[in-house]
Amino acid sequence: MTTQLRINGNTHDVDLPDNVPLLWVLRDEVGLTGTKFGCGVAACGACTVHIDGEAVRSCQVALADVWGDVTTIEGLGTPTSMAKIQQAWVDHQVAQCGYCQSGQIMNAAALLAEVPQPTDQDIDDAMQGNLCRCGTYPRIRAAIKDAAQRIADEV
Amino acid sequence: MGRVRTIARRTFLIGSAAIAGGAAFGVYQINKDAPNPLLAGDGEATLNPFVLINQDGVTLIAPRAEMGQGVQTTLAALAAEELDVAWEDITVLHGPPAQAYYNSVFLGMAVPGAHYRDTPFKHGLRQQVGKIGKLLDLQATGGSTSMKDYYERMRHAGASAREALKLAAAERLGVDVSVLTTKDSAVIAPDGTAIAYSDLAEAVRDITPPDVNLRDKSTWKYLGKPMPRVDMVAKSTGTANFGTDIQMDGMKFATVRMSPTRNGMVSFDDSFAKDMDGVEAIIDLGTGIAVIASNTWLAIQAAEAVEIEWAPAVYPADNEGLRAAIAASFDAEPNSLVRDDGDADAAIVGTEITAEYDVPWLAHTTMEPMSATALFSGDALEMWCGNQSPTATRDACAKVVGLEPEQVTLHTTLMGGGFGRRGEADFSIQAARIAAAMPGTPIRMAWSREEDIRNDFFRPAAIARFRGVVQDGKAVLLDGKVAAPSVFHNLSLRQTGVIPPGPDASHVEGAADQPYEIPNFRIAGHLTDMDVPLGFWRSVGASINGFMFDTFIDEMAHAAGADPLQFRLDMARAEHAPSAGVIEAVAEMSGWTDETPANIGRGIGFTFSFGTPVAEVVEVEDTGNGIKINKCWIAADLGTVLDPSIVEAQMTSGAIYGFSAAMQGEITFFDGMAEQSNFYDYDAMRMHTVPEFEVRLLETNPFIGGAGEPSTPPSMPALGNALFDLTGTRARELPLIKTFDLIL
Repeated sequence: MTTQLRINGNTHDVDLPDNVPLLWVLRDEVGLTGTKFGCGVAACGACTVHIDGEAVRSCQVALADVWGDVTTIEGLGTPTSMAKIQQAWVDHQVAQCGYCQSGQIMNAAALLAEVPQPTDQDIDDAMQGNLCRCGTYPRIRAAIKDAAQRIADEV
Repeated sequence: MGRVRTIARRTFLIGSAAIAGGAAFGVYQINKDAPNPLLAGDGEATLNPFVLINQDGVTLIAPRAEMGQGVQTTLAALAAEELDVAWEDITVLHGPPAQAYYNSVFLGMAVPGAHYRDTPFKHGLRQQVGKIGKLLDLQATGGSTSMKDYYERMRHAGASAREALKLAAAERLGVDVSVLTTKDSAVIAPDGTAIAYSDLAEAVRDITPPDVNLRDKSTWKYLGKPMPRVDMVAKSTGTANFGTDIQMDGMKFATVRMSPTRNGMVSFDDSFAKDMDGVEAIIDLGTGIAVIASNTWLAIQAAEAVEIEWAPAVYPADNEGLRAAIAASFDAEPNSLVRDDGDADAAIVGTEITAEYDVPWLAHTTMEPMSATALFSGDALEMWCGNQSPTATRDACAKVVGLEPEQVTLHTTLMGGGFGRRGEADFSIQAARIAAAMPGTPIRMAWSREEDIRNDFFRPAAIARFRGVVQDGKAVLLDGKVAAPSVFHNLSLRQTGVIPPGPDASHVEGAADQPYEIPNFRIAGHLTDMDVPLGFWRSVGASINGFMFDTFIDEMAHAAGADPLQFRLDMARAEHAPSAGVIEAVAEMSGWTDETPANIGRGIGFTFSFGTPVAEVVEVEDTGNGIKINKCWIAADLGTVLDPSIVEAQMTSGAIYGFSAAMQGEITFFDGMAEQSNFYDYDAMRMHTVPEFEVRLLETNPFIGGAGEPSTPPSMPALGNALFDLTGTRARELPLIKTFDLIL
């Protein structure tokens, strides 16, 4: 059975059982490995992507239930054309092992879309579902605030 | 050598473009004995292991695995500092497993004696013993050794390459080499003409790299400064490749279920699972099963559907039994008495206190569950995996598939966290075996999180019993006993088949090796004979003793009626000036007074580990809705700080790793299996619970210290001591959530 998905502006026909989570469609079928597997139970946020701009844990969305356009970290920006939030991540030298950072960035991007100037409390509330075992949280917080400023300055 | 050449060529093809006409340089002294794995065939003049120059620019081999600690960046900076290569021009690769990349520090750590007491002679002795690692092909990333190991080696590699390039340019220009300089990846002639290094790649091939003196620290451009990490853009754009991200045509996806009792299986029934969606094969691995499918998730579903009867564990089946076995080892003769100053049995008048401490079993929980990718083609095995021990991993994988090590090409990828877990080869061996069962088919194997926790190599539980005597505000006697299974023995037995003789110093590190002057000071290490699989966990023995020992020091200070910070400072000052220095620094940073408002508690923790003294002050607050950590001040003395941004990140990272474990980390056993299985029952610190940090890095230590681990041990007692200050209840058992109302 084929399911059609819109991912990062492209259309993909996916031939997998419709209960396969979006995470594993992206990683194993579409070849977008920037989205990571960390827990499989929505407890770590490493698999966060956007569906119609909303941050979702892709390990919990079955292929058949994908309700809109999917954006992954690869669709947010590229090494030669990074999104402002990615540039803030680089400027603040956030990543250590880096494995959770795709999910952190996608979650933070969704936060900024909803709350353009987040308070510390907003950041705590929005980001606490994203685990980082290297403990990059202080720099993530700084990068989010900086990205918010950059986006505001542009508008 | 034919195969080795092939390996080198393929390794380069991954990270950079074609390398025809390339030239490599390295350390002459090391080259003499350890062959350059980059020696290549026709048209490829690769002279040594660390620097490759070709038409595309400069490639540096940084042969320590990146698990987040920034090692690839700082190793590259060490070579680039001498080579005068523009930072943006550098390509950095881990390179193949090879003797040339042996760890020259690891074995030296085992030379008896507390490291803080090292004299230049003793330090030299450690270096000599460390070189035995070459004979063992011991390539390993761990023990916070990378900078100690490569501080000079990488700079020499860069310096000798630079001089060879100048010689090649001198020949081309017909001038004396002394008139040439180097800048931004080019040799500069007196008239300003720049010859790019890439243009000299061909010419430099036949030049023997000269041995030159290293530049003075005062001239450094890259070292000592925060460099943009070489992996940062990739890790911010989802383009960094971990072992679990390798993509190849025709690839299949696998997972395993291995014995959670760590003793194999009695039987299994895959009659239902084998017909599930996407399943291609189910393999009997003897101590578990592997499922190969068209998709990782389908493989995991099928693996869970296999009915397996596990053989019972050979160790006590539950926590109570395990703890009883550990406690019983106090009754046996100690394995070590590496600290035995004065007479701890002397009858000394003073205030005597005793305390018993308990710390639990811990898992590593790297963000990336264990993973590896493998392709077996009959007479060759190619592997991609994040690992901390490339040579041992290569050899172990070769053995299980019936090949020679030379037939295995191992690519050490980025690691989604290591913390010691990826020093083990178990997951790589599994991928090799699965691939061997499916010749010609690339296999990407990923563990579920549940598998990752249940089949960890755990940080052991431990118990300590301390007796102390204080007199006139000072410690006059400290007599401690630490009981736990030995990580070092457990690991040695598993990896080499033998238990090394003599005292296990790592078992008591963080206690016996602390830089305190106490007239009567004895630490006994009692080992528990137990077969729970154990592994290195960020800071190893110090992760246990750091908490237990420093908390007892705090108890002694309290009994002595002394300020806990001043109490430590007085004892450290007499023994080790850099340790006293970090305690003074953290006092100043935090405005330490030993007086806090009613709803605020402050505690200090101090541990000297991996060559680096670290002091931390933690401030906690009772919010009325639970206790939170407000702030953490850290002072560390690494002697030489090669990248202040990366070291600062390691200091906060290590503390957060320690806080996570201290607050809530605990593996418990039931029926011989770890009871926890995912982040909902084995969680860690998150954004809303992380405190503000302030880090100060000092450089008075005479020897370069480690960065990746030393901030973990003191974070745990600092937090416990702050909770005591706040509540009056002493933290003698971890995790702290058992005793204190912490906000999680």
